[in-house]
Amino acid sequence: MERRMTMNELILNSTTAGVVISLLAYGAGIFLRRKTKSDLCNPLLISIVLVIAFLLIFRIDYASYSRSAQYLSYLLTPATVSLAIPLYRQMDLLKKNLAAILISVLAGVISSLGSILILSAAFGLTHAQYVTLLPKSITTAIGMGVSEELGGNVTISVAAIIVTGVFGNMVIEPVCRIFRIKNPVSKGLAAGTASHAIGTAKAMEMGEIEGSMSSLAIVVSGLITVVCASVFAGMY
Amino acid sequence: MSRGDLVVKYFRQFVIIMFVTCIGEVLHYLLPLPIPASIYGLAVMLVLLMTRAVKLENVGRAADLLVELMPLMFIPAGVGLVASWTDLKCILVPVLVITPAVTVIVMIVTGKTSDWLLSRTESGRETAEVPDGKAYDDE
Repeated sequence: MERRMTMNELILNSTTAGVVISLLAYGAGIFLRRKTKSDLCNPLLISIVLVIAFLLIFRIDYASYSRSAQYLSYLLTPATVSLAIPLYRQMDLLKKNLAAILISVLAGVISSLGSILILSAAFGLTHAQYVTLLPKSITTAIGMGVSEELGGNVTISVAAIIVTGVFGNMVIEPVCRIFRIKNPVSKGLAAGTASHAIGTAKAMEMGEIEGSMSSLAIVVSGLITVVCASVFAGMY
Repeated sequence: MSRGDLVVKYFRQFVIIMFVTCIGEVLHYLLPLPIPASIYGLAVMLVLLMTRAVKLENVGRAADLLVELMPLMFIPAGVGLVASWTDLKCILVPVLVITPAVTVIVMIVTGKTSDWLLSRTESGRETAEVPDGKAYDDE
């Protein structure tokens, strides 16, 4: 009997297909941004959309894709560890502005949790939906832990975290321009506190100080959120 | 520098980064705090650099490469939106309003607070004039 291979089986039985699809999509994203020179053409967002479209068109399960694509995420932990290097390069700057950095990031975290509280109440979300959104500005690794601990839906938290990151990555430059955030330290802190590592990717492009401050803010805001989120969870 | 030297150099740098990552994972396993392994690893790496147990030129290039490739590593998680679509559908509108609104609010609050605090100090005004650019210590 003739056996027809579906696209899904092909992808499922490959250890590289998911990685190749992701790399090609990311390449297309970089190409598009070079061509258009627009903030809206974010390579990460474009590649996510392209991969999703590819999976839907060829009826490939997410599980088949992620079986090989997961090797890309494997590098995320060492890459996060590597954020220590740009941070170390800016150590003097960090020490000099320690108070300013801690206060601004704390203000950012409180404004994040506070505005999520107000908006969740306004939309009449359930407690579970509210705590699902609470960690949306912090890095996925810490955010998943916070969501789980507070009884949120971890999958949706991850989705909200990524949407926040991609959105933050796209808008950080225009927001700094429109609201006249001038100091590179402030731009970096704003990017990292509001949109974690994906926003930091943009901050890295903006400059070494922005990138370092942003990666510093990921850690600081993540840790402050761990403490504050449990307090805010009890408020609604 | 010959090609072979460069390969050895990158290899050594990757080994150090993976080793520190592994230490982070062990700490995550041993300590009962809600802190992910990568953050422990980041802290350990920072301590090693500050105590000069590891020199910047012994990890810098590999670390920069990993950091620059970071957006790629988020693609699988982003595509995961497809898998969690059913749960997301019922709170789609609130999420689509709350997520961008809060992101912009946090940027403005953090950035403006920091700008205001830094404008009151000498060092803050200095950093506003530092030019961008990445410097390699090993070149």
